[in-house]
Amino acid sequence: MSSSQVAGDTKYLFKRENTWWVKVAVPRQLRSTLGYDLRRSLRTHDIDVARKARWEAIKELRDKIEKSKAAHGAEAVEAGSKPVEKGNGSRQAARGAQTIDQHIVEIVSDSGEGAQKCGQILGLVSGKMGNGVWTVEIIPAEIQPPAREPQGASGIRVRMGSHYVTNMGNQADMVVAFNEQVLYSRISNGAYKEGTVVLLENMWAEDPEERIRNQYREALADFQARGLVVYELPLQKECLKLVNDPRKGKNMFVLGMLCRIYRRDIEKAKDEIAKIFKRKSEKVIKINHDLFDAGYAFARDNIDYEYEIPSTDDERLKSAIVVNGNTAAGLGVMAAGIDLVAMYPITPATSASHYLAEDFHLTGGFVHQAEDEIAAIGFAIGASYAGKTACTITSGPGIALKTEMIGLAVMAEIPLVIIDVQRGGPSTGLPTKVEQGDLLASLYGSPGDSPKVVIAAATISECFHFVIMARKLAESFRTPVLLLTDANLATGVQPIARPDVSDEWFAPPLDQSAWDEQVAPYDWDETSGLSERPIPGMRGGEYILTGLAHNRNSKIAYDTASNQEGADMRSRKLAALSATLKPPEVHGDPTGDLLIVGWGSTLGAIEEAVDLARAQGKKVSSLHLRFLSPLEPGLKDIFAGFKKVMTIELNYSDDPDAPLINEETRRYAQLALVLRAHTLLDIDCWSVVPGHPLSPHRIGSVIDARLEKLEGAE
Amino acid sequence: MFGLKGDWSLDVKERYFTLDDYSGAVPRWCTGCGDHGILAAIHRVCRDAQITPEKTVAVSGIGCSSRLPHYMNTYGFHGLHGRAMPVACGVKSRRPDLDVWVATGDGDCFSIGAAHWIHAMRYNMDLTMLVFDNGIYGLTKKQTSPTTPLDVPTNTHPSGALLPPLNPLTVTLGITNISFVAQIVDWNAQLRHEVIKKAHEHKGTGFVRIIQRCPVYVESIGKGLQDEPTRMQLLTHEKGVQVDDSVKRLFPNHAEHDPTDLAAALTIAANDSILPLGILYHNPDAICYDQISSVGLEMSTDERLAGMNQALDHFAI
Repeated sequence: MSSSQVAGDTKYLFKRENTWWVKVAVPRQLRSTLGYDLRRSLRTHDIDVARKARWEAIKELRDKIEKSKAAHGAEAVEAGSKPVEKGNGSRQAARGAQTIDQHIVEIVSDSGEGAQKCGQILGLVSGKMGNGVWTVEIIPAEIQPPAREPQGASGIRVRMGSHYVTNMGNQADMVVAFNEQVLYSRISNGAYKEGTVVLLENMWAEDPEERIRNQYREALADFQARGLVVYELPLQKECLKLVNDPRKGKNMFVLGMLCRIYRRDIEKAKDEIAKIFKRKSEKVIKINHDLFDAGYAFARDNIDYEYEIPSTDDERLKSAIVVNGNTAAGLGVMAAGIDLVAMYPITPATSASHYLAEDFHLTGGFVHQAEDEIAAIGFAIGASYAGKTACTITSGPGIALKTEMIGLAVMAEIPLVIIDVQRGGPSTGLPTKVEQGDLLASLYGSPGDSPKVVIAAATISECFHFVIMARKLAESFRTPVLLLTDANLATGVQPIARPDVSDEWFAPPLDQSAWDEQVAPYDWDETSGLSERPIPGMRGGEYILTGLAHNRNSKIAYDTASNQEGADMRSRKLAALSATLKPPEVHGDPTGDLLIVGWGSTLGAIEEAVDLARAQGKKVSSLHLRFLSPLEPGLKDIFAGFKKVMTIELNYSDDPDAPLINEETRRYAQLALVLRAHTLLDIDCWSVVPGHPLSPHRIGSVIDARLEKLEGAE
Repeated sequence: MFGLKGDWSLDVKERYFTLDDYSGAVPRWCTGCGDHGILAAIHRVCRDAQITPEKTVAVSGIGCSSRLPHYMNTYGFHGLHGRAMPVACGVKSRRPDLDVWVATGDGDCFSIGAAHWIHAMRYNMDLTMLVFDNGIYGLTKKQTSPTTPLDVPTNTHPSGALLPPLNPLTVTLGITNISFVAQIVDWNAQLRHEVIKKAHEHKGTGFVRIIQRCPVYVESIGKGLQDEPTRMQLLTHEKGVQVDDSVKRLFPNHAEHDPTDLAAALTIAANDSILPLGILYHNPDAICYDQISSVGLEMSTDERLAGMNQALDHFAI
């Protein structure tokens, strides 16, 4: 009987699987060696015993921290040494630029103030300067949410590195906030840490409304109490020197500031500004350039932070394109030679179609906006049946609506690429936010047996290349292929290696040669289940496709044997595909204590966390799956090399320590459930549904906790 | 190899198609079902137009009428309940060279597929859309459909349909960009053939509502009309459908109606007291979406490659 609710004092204590543990926080400067906190099991389930026993354990852990501190010696510098804001703006920066490996900066504002544009340019310029970059947009659910409300926060995060950057990283180092309230939305997301520098618009301190002045004052005190390093800056006042309405334009001032702080190339930034406003007049470009210059000068004269982030010589950035995952998928659609995309607007998938609507004509394609999700896939299926390569792009609720059509495509073996840009579910869920919640729906969300190919892109680059693979698989295996991406990939922007396009990626031209009448429309190969399909226009190939059970001749099956044979053949194709796949590669040592298994957009964060843990001597590795149906081969053998295997996913699972949850009642994360059934191994999982991507730190603490539990079990 | 032309002269062709060339499996519809006659009319229109069987696609949803593709010797797509139109439009979207026919029913089209009906009419793709309207769900065994007349008993409403039936003509005529709307009964071969032929010849969506008899479940609906031809009204006009005197005698009520006059068509359709037969509306100039959706088909591989690189250039750093 697990009782998770304990009344009274539980300071330093926490409970894991009916055992009490102590936990002591590690000072920031030691976290790279010791991790976030130190833990020890008290080996008791009795709270009273634990309360008494904790002090000795705490002392022991604190001693460990002290020893580590001593070893660290003079190197233990407080991170983020405070700058001096220099009142009159005359003095030059005292210590020059500090060279850093990477930095994460956020710009947060009310909707419509242009924070995203500002961050996009910063990211683009950094990419052009040879830095690894990842930008991710912070998008409110409404188009014009009320001003100065945490829920209305709109903005962007830019992670710049002297190495290839694969994810949004941990807590931000610096944030520019256009008002104090929007910052709260990011604080509640855990976006900041002690020492995060906040460059805060100070106009609210003198707002005519007393309520706002009070809010500002209270927030300021609160931020300081949270350990944020706040600098109040007269952004509005400075911008008013140049424009009448700084709501439009403050973003360029801030861009100028950030370009000074991060020593960005001024000319490159100005080029990008000119590009953004290329459809506007010269006058508009000039005023934005002036704002940029003013911001740059302001930072030079008033802000003492200056950073140098050296460029990387990563091959991927030698000849790069800067795209988000949805644009990458749209480009992939074109590079795959897909002829038609039929879609219905749905967040966060729609921007892929927006992009295609701009450029699809360059490869001769067409975007059809259908009347609903069902019609969208029906339209694509019709085009595909007629021999054209077709694709439909949607998100979870759209997949739910398309389920019957996907079943038809499986049953009648119609090639089709279905891109699912996953968001939080169920129901309308979290429209703009990330989740990996559609795996089981993709695999099994159909009445009857509905075997199909399901693959998941793990990177923005894969959002491009996997569409090409999906198209080929769909045609070779005469099946729908579901390509899963998610809101994190969809909105993350990154420089990726420019694809070297080949016409071999294109779908072959429409075949209208005669069909041998002796060959059935479903001439299944007994071993592989594969068959060629006749295309309308092929003389001699006339057949009636049906969603009813059918035999090789596509005649409605009124007998039991035909239904069994059809089901066998459709399923056999997955085994045939599996036989062509290679076992996945383990990231890290092929054996060890703990193997983390992931899929989809968590790749970058998982591998970064695993690399850090390994650098600390922990025996942890990771494995990332791209094929979910069929699963990549050799998993059981790989898993055998580790004491424990667990998945880390962005979907729901029961916390084993939650009330009523035990071995019988616990519901597992989606991939974990699949892998447990697949391998018959006791695969554990950790998964959450926060609506934002996992940071390497968060994954790191999961790894640490799981390793400690392993130790505790020994 | 050769066939007789309409004027009895000999037409020598590489391939000449007879009715058999369009006939598929033996229909499994009930004896006396109106679908048999409609199928015969389709075969004949195909034969007369000499459309190439392998370039012809019959698309349907689910229901008695939707079995039709199986009885054609062309390509066919027997898909999902209510979803014939999206599939048919998809077929046509990138294959304007194909001759597309849609067979659907009152449940399939006016109920579960209602959204697609409305939007497909607006897309106005060049295809022929035949709605087999028997006023009942047949395949699932006698449930009320949107067009079941008031008080007709069904298995879902044993004491009679609760609401007045939907009027598919006023709905269709109310949709923007429609181009061809007609109504016939299944039991007059000449009218049936002439209207389906016109719908097929028309560039755009040729929508024909066919009042079709279901002698098994709702014999009264069809029989009532057959017994009382005065409940129907034949639309005549030089721009409409031309029938001979035998048909005119069978349907004694006539009304001269110019099918290019949408307002008049709506008035006729809205009159519940008499059932119009013939072409209600015809606009050969409405925009056909398949002409828009089929752009870029002729692009060469080299052009596509160049286009692809141009697209990538937009994002290059």
